Amino acid sequence: MALQSDWLQEIWRYRELLYFLVWRDVKVRYKQTVLGAAWAIIQPFCTMIVFTLFFQRLAQIPSDGIPYPIFSYSALLPWTYFSTAVISAGNSLVSSSNIITKVYFPRATIPASSVISGLVDFGVASVVLLVMMAYYRIQPGLHLLLWPLLIVPLVMLALGVGMVFAALNVKYRDIRYALPFLVQLWLFITPIIYPSSMVPAKYRFLLAVNPLSGIIEAFRGALLPGREIDWLLLAISVCSSSIILTLSVLYFRRTERTFADII
Amino acid sequence: MTTAITVRNLSKQYRIGQMHRLVTFREALVDLVKRPFRRQDRARGTIWALKDVSFEVGDGEVVGIIGRNGAGKSTLLKLLSKITYPTSGSIKVRGRIASLLEVGTGFHSELTGRENIYLNGSIMGMRKKEIDTQLDAIIAFAGVEKFVDTPIKRYSSGMHLRLGFAVAAHLAPDILLVDEVLAVGDVEFQKKCLKAMDDLRSGGRTVIFVSHNMAAVENHCPRAIWIDNGLMREDGDAKEVIRSYLSTFAGAQQTGFDLRQIEYRRGSGEIRYTGIEFLGPDDQPQRLIRSGDSFTVRLHYYSEERIVSPHFGLEILTDLGTKITSMNTWSNGTDIPVVHPGPGHIDLHIDFLNLMPGRYYISLWLKTLGSSVYDVLDHCAMFDVETSDFYRSGRGLDSHFGIVFLPCRWIPRVTPGVKSTEEGQRRPS
Repeated sequence: MALQSDWLQEIWRYRELLYFLVWRDVKVRYKQTVLGAAWAIIQPFCTMIVFTLFFQRLAQIPSDGIPYPIFSYSALLPWTYFSTAVISAGNSLVSSSNIITKVYFPRATIPASSVISGLVDFGVASVVLLVMMAYYRIQPGLHLLLWPLLIVPLVMLALGVGMVFAALNVKYRDIRYALPFLVQLWLFITPIIYPSSMVPAKYRFLLAVNPLSGIIEAFRGALLPGREIDWLLLAISVCSSSIILTLSVLYFRRTERTFADII
Repeated sequence: MTTAITVRNLSKQYRIGQMHRLVTFREALVDLVKRPFRRQDRARGTIWALKDVSFEVGDGEVVGIIGRNGAGKSTLLKLLSKITYPTSGSIKVRGRIASLLEVGTGFHSELTGRENIYLNGSIMGMRKKEIDTQLDAIIAFAGVEKFVDTPIKRYSSGMHLRLGFAVAAHLAPDILLVDEVLAVGDVEFQKKCLKAMDDLRSGGRTVIFVSHNMAAVENHCPRAIWIDNGLMREDGDAKEVIRSYLSTFAGAQQTGFDLRQIEYRRGSGEIRYTGIEFLGPDDQPQRLIRSGDSFTVRLHYYSEERIVSPHFGLEILTDLGTKITSMNTWSNGTDIPVVHPGPGHIDLHIDFLNLMPGRYYISLWLKTLGSSVYDVLDHCAMFDVETSDFYRSGRGLDSHFGIVFLPCRWIPRVTPGVKSTEEGQRRPS
């Protein structure tokens, strides 16, 4: 445990580097793109439209009495953040190989910066959510205060998953191709397109296996009044996210010493 | 004196091929399945890039690290800067370490000069506050005032380099690692590097300097460490260490050297040097080479295949590694259309050896004008130049006079009241 705190202290000492890496990611993303910040909105917004067309209109998936666009967008926001963060963090070490082989700094700052910089897009896309809520005349309740708090377990989970894949990617280069595929599968086992109420009661416990489902459902619950938040499921998700992050940090620490040798 | 760096029994092991391998998860799986059926082909094992190296460097000391390519110098620097971790042993470093080789690390071409200063500075371990206060100085040092808000993808490579170096120079590290920095960049830039190094040294910083330029090491470092094959061969006074390092390149005075067994060579090897001989006027071995002599250097080679338009080159270096001259068939306009497979030789006739007495080393290379490098041998032979009574004054030339002599005459002018005595040195008739 003493070693663990050393490791965290080192990252703390380099917190300004973390800040500059995030700042670089954000700046570079919005520079030289025609639409700039609009990209942060376009992706979840278009997905929402497609989902509404196919899953609501054609497949007639229920949405617990909530307008389907807002039902799906409220879950697509954290999902888009999560999936982009995991994929970019997973590739982050390999794409920074030129600095890893030349300078020492805590390696964890690289996937961490990918995960944190995604929050800017998340914030921008959240504004659209407010506009949509006004459009559908949905009045948020006190639960809305939970929305920013839920970002914490979401970031923890994204960081945990992203760091493991980043470390694996250094060693096994086909992770780069496997990762988008895995993330895509993850979309379907998470209640984003469908409500968790659609899952038959006797299989519902399976939702708890996926830490993302409790978090995503809570995001939805925080936004829409009268919707129950499954506190038990959320508690399980927060716990398993913390465990995943801890294990991920342990694995990362064990392998980071060899990054410069094999990257 | 307190110690800045303490290295104890430091070893670093690499798996063979680890540096360049690209393993995919698929390959790892295939490997797992194949394992029981495989022959011993993976058993080639590991190499020690460094083995059991121990030394201490005091605060403010300037130490040169010398050794052949692949001896482990770069590994040592990587270990010191914590980029890679030792297999065993320990390193203790007091203070901030910076490396002058890694100028411009992490530059992003879309960002402006100013933005890159912050990014690069923070990667190298600077605090934002430090960068804030140094910003103007860095910009001025790099000479990019006008372009500081332009994305650096519009910068010339020189500006790029200067900006990177400017950041590194303002890092104010406690320990500076310099790896062959003198080999890159233009002369102006090299001067700046050396100047920065000297500034750091006079500011009491510790400097570790890795170079192949023995003269530079001797000029800047009172102490040198010689790494050979991953082991520490010698550690001590730079002059002594350099001398014993260079003396391993060639044996005692000989009229010829067998180059076939030399291991430290680069190049693809389709054609290789096999020997070198020093010959006198009638093709007899020249046992004694003296200042002002004329003689022939015969280079033997063996070609595996038909080689089109090769170029032969020979360099003469001092015992401190300074290149005195480089002679090659290309600049002389001696075209060799083709070399056929098998043995052969080429002669280099030196009409007039204007070297002062002393020991000199020879490096050889064999290339084409394109990119092919067939054979490069550094310091593969040596010869001693003996003193000669070149001016027939009976006084001789001395190694203290320098490296080369220029044939010359002194002409005293007659001043009024003094009788003229024509007593100038004459050229030999």
